[in-house]
Amino acid sequence: MSERILTAREAGLVACTRCGLVHTPRTQNCTRCGAPLVSRDRHSLQRVWAWWIAGLIVYIPANLYPMLLTNTLGTRTRSTILGGVVELWAHGDLPVALIVFAASIVIPVGKFLAIAFLAMSINKRRFMSVHAQHRLFEVVEFIGRWSMIDVFVVAILASLVQFSFVASINPGIAAICFALSVIFTMKAALAFDPRTIWDD
Amino acid sequence: MSLMKDIDMQDDFVEVPLDRMRACPQCDALYHLQPVQPRERAACKRCGTVLIAPRAFAFTRIIALSVAALILLTIALFTPFLDLSAAGMHSNASIWDTAMAFSDGMMAPLSIAVVAFIIVIPALRLGLIVYTLVPLARGRPAGIHAAGAFRLAEALRPWSMAEIFVIGVAVALVKIAGMASVTPGIAFWSFCILVIMMIWQDSFVDREQVWSALHRGSRTANTA
Repeated sequence: MSERILTAREAGLVACTRCGLVHTPRTQNCTRCGAPLVSRDRHSLQRVWAWWIAGLIVYIPANLYPMLLTNTLGTRTRSTILGGVVELWAHGDLPVALIVFAASIVIPVGKFLAIAFLAMSINKRRFMSVHAQHRLFEVVEFIGRWSMIDVFVVAILASLVQFSFVASINPGIAAICFALSVIFTMKAALAFDPRTIWDD
Repeated sequence: MSLMKDIDMQDDFVEVPLDRMRACPQCDALYHLQPVQPRERAACKRCGTVLIAPRAFAFTRIIALSVAALILLTIALFTPFLDLSAAGMHSNASIWDTAMAFSDGMMAPLSIAVVAFIIVIPALRLGLIVYTLVPLARGRPAGIHAAGAFRLAEALRPWSMAEIFVIGVAVALVKIAGMASVTPGIAFWSFCILVIMMIWQDSFVDREQVWSALHRGSRTANTA
């Protein structure tokens, strides 16, 4: 940083993270929007790790158990998340295979790594500049919800393909695990106090 | 471009009154509030977060787009969504059927979550925004609990997943395309337009503009 920037904390003030209004230190709630005021959320990292671990625990069965149960003329096939991607690839639907691969494998795995990295290096500048860390946080926060695509795909397929014994698709147990994993990691990202990234 | 004047260590920030200061919600950088004209954007000098971006007639435009989106959502709920035909057999699904795909047995909670993500939360957010802004656009005092309503709408923002659902539909259509022919119904098209409306509506929302209007609105209500 070329120029020094004064923060609300350094000025002995506390700012509202929802509306930006600045208050004197002992104010409990924002006088404009009513949100609770905290200069820095000291338990933020604890909550980040709690949601992160919960997300990781449910992400394991999400990959091991079937996501889709397909029934065609009495033949039952079970496909996992990775199996579904391979199937799309084999059919030649390359762009869709890539979307599903990105949404259900690359984004979740990348998100676990990115959140863990940010939580461990929140005040350290060993591997990344503060600007890069902030950018990474913004990307994680923005992209996390898009993993839900796969759950919606399963919901649409299961409601649409119901031709009794000829062909039917039903959701597998992995769908609920995967949805929970997305929700938990979204909570982990939301639990971050990005202001702590900038504190030295 | 930054239109905010940052408060320097050298500057005597004590001379700036508290209600003329704003802090960046992402990095806590402190600024002296300057007038920002419609279509100008004031961004944080340090982390680049857009702090203030007012638009002309923003409230009227937001209300109009939100009401339009709510009408489209209602249409989408009661019209056919997708129609599938393969080897002389027909199957169709409404948005409601899609959300209820997990409704039997232990998958039921997932059904509730899907209904919430694609129908309830988007509708609730639109409703809360309309409730907050209608009195403000007409120059009336803000409604009861309007601040709480707008705060809830903001908190629900990441959980409104209508646009993700649309991409999910596209992926599902490609997956089925090989084995059956799918005809999208009225609900499909209204849902697509509704998502565009919601993204467009969101581009007019400037938090500073809404919160300062709410603050003025509640003060006039107190003195009246």
